[in-house]
Amino acid sequence: MSNQLILFKNVYKEFDGVEVLSNINLYIRKNEFLTLLGPSGCGKTTMLRLLGGFETPTSGDILFEGKSIVATPPYKRKLNTVFQRYALFPHMDVFDNIAFGLKIKKMSKQNIEKKVKDMLKLVGLAGYEDRSIDKLSGGQMQRVAIARALVNEPEVLLLDEPLGALDLKFRKDMQLELKRMQKQLGITFVYVTHDQEEALSMSDTIAVMDEGMIQQIDTPVGIYNEPVNSFVADFIGESNILYGKMRRDYLVAFSGREFECVDRGYNEDENIVVVIRPEDIKLAEPSESTINGVVTSLVFMGVHYEIRIQGEDGHEWLVQSTDPAEVGSRVGITLDPDDIHIMDRSQYDAADA
Amino acid sequence: MKKKFFALPYLVWMVLFTVVPLILIFVYAVFTTTDTGEIIFTTQYLKQALSPENLSVLWRSLEYAVITTVICLILAYPAALILSRLKSKVGAIVNLLFVIPMWMNFLLRTYAWRALLDSNGPINQFLGWFGLPPQELLNTEGAVIMGLVYNFLPFMLLPISSVFSKIDQSYIQAAEDLGANKWQVLRKVIFPLTVPGVITGITMVFMPVVTTFVISRLLGGSYYMMFGDLLENQFMLLKDWNTGSALAIIMMVLMVLSMAIMRKYDKEGESKTLW
Repeated sequence: MSNQLILFKNVYKEFDGVEVLSNINLYIRKNEFLTLLGPSGCGKTTMLRLLGGFETPTSGDILFEGKSIVATPPYKRKLNTVFQRYALFPHMDVFDNIAFGLKIKKMSKQNIEKKVKDMLKLVGLAGYEDRSIDKLSGGQMQRVAIARALVNEPEVLLLDEPLGALDLKFRKDMQLELKRMQKQLGITFVYVTHDQEEALSMSDTIAVMDEGMIQQIDTPVGIYNEPVNSFVADFIGESNILYGKMRRDYLVAFSGREFECVDRGYNEDENIVVVIRPEDIKLAEPSESTINGVVTSLVFMGVHYEIRIQGEDGHEWLVQSTDPAEVGSRVGITLDPDDIHIMDRSQYDAADA
Repeated sequence: MKKKFFALPYLVWMVLFTVVPLILIFVYAVFTTTDTGEIIFTTQYLKQALSPENLSVLWRSLEYAVITTVICLILAYPAALILSRLKSKVGAIVNLLFVIPMWMNFLLRTYAWRALLDSNGPINQFLGWFGLPPQELLNTEGAVIMGLVYNFLPFMLLPISSVFSKIDQSYIQAAEDLGANKWQVLRKVIFPLTVPGVITGITMVFMPVVTTFVISRLLGGSYYMMFGDLLENQFMLLKDWNTGSALAIIMMVLMVLSMAIMRKYDKEGESKTLW
């Protein structure tokens, strides 16, 4: 447990009587890339602002290296933030923006010059020292914002949707670059985003949030493959969610059939929820052994087709397939045991309520 | 372009009430009629206008303007800073309190100060309760400057408080995040970002104060005449339009000069950091 750098202990936060965070418990390890993922209004930015020191929790405690930082003002904290809209100082050029923190620390001129130059090289903006802020593109401003934070060699870098304003292609490049910088510098990153793809591709750990609560903390693979409730399943890519019963270990019943699965440890005939990823479903000729239905829509998405099937079991199935299926045709759905993800009914209901 | 037609009324207005009077002032200031009825160029009115007595009045006006501007700035900057920190509802009310007096004619307000500062006025009565002898408050230099500050304070406060309200909170948070304490945030981020408002405020106080009249007469008696009073006297009392026009030209030159200086500072303030 010694590598717990940051610890949220029963953190509760309300604004004007409205609850935004309810009883958050979370630890962040040293050198970890942790992403707070959730829809807008889920409390993820508030978490970041609590860490940065711009908000104080209504109750609960936040520990940094074992010591409470709730009463520590922002300027005394060993972390730096990359703000959502960058918040670069408009009255300073690129050099002065990046040098701001170092000048505050009264570092020597030569030292500042060297560090700023190195940092500009790291973010790929060598030679931009004298550029004024309003002459920068969105991507360049974003790099300056990262450089301005990183040059202070913080123990933790907080990033509030830093790629939100960039176009798709550039965002992908920056995702890779951020991940590279994090590895190279060995700094703990706490990253806030609503983009599930971004979270999956960059993070070591993802905390999925909704309605002021952490719904699930796990690795990207864990979050994707074993969502604990329907909110997580739905937020991390679209899913087919069905009610079912666990017959016995490794056998589940839904859609009026029984399927082999990989889960065990449930009571006999316990009510459960089944999550099936659309890309795991394979289409086949309709037969006795498949769930059958009629294709109602077919949309080309680039890499794959998105196919909707009105199943004879009453469920509208969402399927992603690289092969098209004709609208109006009757098809069969086959499932492998490890495509079927089982969740407790209680957790599902909790998120639904 | 047909749309130019709509500018015509404005153009006529401009020519009639700005361009023609300017030309007239110029003509009155540098031309004179000889005994034979000839119209000739002369510098005699300009020389008269620049007499030592007039120059001392001009000097006093500039001095008062500087003092007033500095006091207004000292009062308005912290006030604007505090206003920007108030909750929006309270801030709006306080802002309104500053603005409401401006809805009243400044003459009325200045007359009110006369009554307040009078030797039998409420201030002296109040002092009397403590056994203090009545003070000569009216017709002093202090009364004039107080009147000027009182009248021009909103013109300093409003532009500064408007730039304050436009400062993105994220700049302040970014500075704090980078290790700046409250004082450093004020000095390195808030102040540089409010410089344009300060420049506007200085322009809106300094220049009108130099040319102001009536306030000095009402609160200072005839002892502390300002350049505006001088101009008024020249036209209305002495009916000497020529010297009056010459004075007006001197004033205009001064205005243009101070405007140019302000412009220069404004540009520097925008493009360069102040630290």
